[in-house]
Amino acid sequence: MIRLDRRPDPSRAWSLATPPLAVLATMIAGGLLFAALGKPPVEAIRTIFWDPVFGEFAFYYRGQLLVKAGPLILIATGLSLGFRAGVWNIGAEGQYIIGALCGAGVALAAYPMESAFLFPLMVVAGALGGWAWAMIPGILRTKFNTNEILTSLLLVYVAEQLMAKMSFGLLRNPEGSGFPGSRNLQQYPSAANSELIAGTGMHWGIVAAFVAVIFAHVLLNRHIMGFNIRLAGQAPRAAKFSGVQPARLILFCLGISGALAGMAGLFEVAGPAGQITPSFNVGYGFTAIIVAFLGRLHPVGILLAGLLMALTYVGGEAAQANLGLPAAAIQAFQGMLLFFLLAGDVLTNFRLRLGRPEVA
Amino acid sequence: MKRRTLLASAAAAALIAGKVSAQDKVKVGFVLVGPKNDGGWSQHHYESAVKMKEHFGDAVELVVQESVPEGADAERVLTQMALAGTDLIFTTSFGYMDATANVAAKFPKVKFEHATGYKTAANMGNYSARFYEGRAVMGHIAGKMTKSNKIGYIASFPIPEVIRGINSTYIHAKKANPDVTISVVWLFTWFDPAKEADATQALIDQGVDVILAHTDSTAPLAKMKEHGGVYGFGQAADMAEYAPEPRISSIIDEWAPYYISQVQSVMDGTWEAKATWDGIAEGMVGIGEFSDVIPEDVRAEAEALKQSIIDKSYHPFTGPLNKQDGSPWLAEGEVADDGALAGLDFYVEGVTGDIPN
Repeated sequence: MIRLDRRPDPSRAWSLATPPLAVLATMIAGGLLFAALGKPPVEAIRTIFWDPVFGEFAFYYRGQLLVKAGPLILIATGLSLGFRAGVWNIGAEGQYIIGALCGAGVALAAYPMESAFLFPLMVVAGALGGWAWAMIPGILRTKFNTNEILTSLLLVYVAEQLMAKMSFGLLRNPEGSGFPGSRNLQQYPSAANSELIAGTGMHWGIVAAFVAVIFAHVLLNRHIMGFNIRLAGQAPRAAKFSGVQPARLILFCLGISGALAGMAGLFEVAGPAGQITPSFNVGYGFTAIIVAFLGRLHPVGILLAGLLMALTYVGGEAAQANLGLPAAAIQAFQGMLLFFLLAGDVLTNFRLRLGRPEVA
Repeated sequence: MKRRTLLASAAAAALIAGKVSAQDKVKVGFVLVGPKNDGGWSQHHYESAVKMKEHFGDAVELVVQESVPEGADAERVLTQMALAGTDLIFTTSFGYMDATANVAAKFPKVKFEHATGYKTAANMGNYSARFYEGRAVMGHIAGKMTKSNKIGYIASFPIPEVIRGINSTYIHAKKANPDVTISVVWLFTWFDPAKEADATQALIDQGVDVILAHTDSTAPLAKMKEHGGVYGFGQAADMAEYAPEPRISSIIDEWAPYYISQVQSVMDGTWEAKATWDGIAEGMVGIGEFSDVIPEDVRAEAEALKQSIIDKSYHPFTGPLNKQDGSPWLAEGEVADDGALAGLDFYVEGVTGDIPN
């Protein structure tokens, strides 16, 4: 008989070992899934995990990994601060959309003026947009004690409607022959978030993601706010006694995660995506939640988790094209990763015991 | 610039490699916006792609990527396909337009075909169907079949293609029945069975007894069947399982002939980038069988209308036609040019309601 005993403290060893083990288990179970679908399992796993980094066309895919990982890391870093403090912003997708709308809105209002100040202004507008959208659940929570999980999530759908409205209305490209969608910002030099070094995929959003990781690390380890965040999450009562103001903490966490998500949206719309369309958002805000937990809510962990998640997307697409794997199999594969991670967490918090319960 | 040359040379290398390994095989890629079994738009493209593959057999290698989001992801998928030595790539959603143009510029030797857009390049063509021709035939039948003189239209997005369909339907319903009015419901989705069923019910509640849908699911027909006494049409697919009523005819997306001809032209080395806008005559728009529920004389009229569109003796947008606000659009006998139709963003006179924006 197997029993689970709660550990007095979460096991640090297991906590670190879980993500690599989850990846390994996903490879094995995924391989079995692919084999069951009649596809060569080893080749499929190699296509997903190896080829994008070391394969024939790695020169292109490496850059694409950064493009895909950038927004994930930027958003997840912001979310992790709140998650550590027990503030659950599930609506990063909405903040991402509003950030993109605000940033693109500034650019489209200035079109066709060329100015070196335009792009920085767009970044600020994007961050402010995301921040303001996150302040709605923030204020509802601090003033009326509304559950921020629900309000932030539901505001995603409001944001999506707003974006559809904008791409058919105010922000629609007047030269777009009546089709939805804004002008393409890639073709507007002052507003374009183009590659910093050609061929690397590196754009300002990825720089911002790396900077955010460093800042989050410093904040959590060297700053009183970071200490308060960790304290509020681990020992809410102790946090209260030590003078942490919950309302301030909530607004800070929601605000910073909203601002980072908004910036991610702006960098995406001005760069890889290029334009506001009704289908601009592709789920970065939700995937970032997985990335945050996969990275153990630790800035460096999030960096690695973001790259790993990007790898499953980019490699998964290659597996679809080259091996004919269905898209749903790739999604199941990504789901497995989270499943094994959560399962592994059981070992972090519990000890497996064989045999009968001991008599106390 | 560096990336361009890198990518281009890699593409060239991949192309050469592809040519060596499989002498005459043409590698054809399809990028779908939805799952390949979505029962609507993407499924039609997928099935047509499979028909094309069956037509050529081993001479064609088919690569399909489904559920590809528009924007940056599409650009990567297209690059991926081009790098892997694909010769001809069909991108089957309007939202892929800029991504297709970007990738086409980087891979001058790969040929691209973009569905329902308006951009072309030396190696990028576009193609779309004149669905409004089918709508004209359906509109005529609808005008004849309604007893309440109210027809309904379930619209997806306010884009020119949909607005053309509404106008064409109304113009021909009105010609068949001067008392007819049309109610348009906007759903802002291409595929959402629950919403489509709700919209159908709402129209029926308003006294509408013939409904056209510009969304892809069979939910409206299912709802009409449940209700009884309401007629509808198959959209995108024949939806013959709802015949003889409520489905009394249909507009069918027929992409396979086009795919076969384009792949053939790549094989023959005659492919060139052009803007294709084909209708019933070319076989891109199919008209489903007229059900026996339609009186014989109406069937004959609809058939005659269809024939006049096929032999080009009649154009569905022929004046005199006014815009919704009463200002003149087309003079007596004047035919709308393709440019005006491509960007159509207003209703014709008599259609009630506003186009949302």
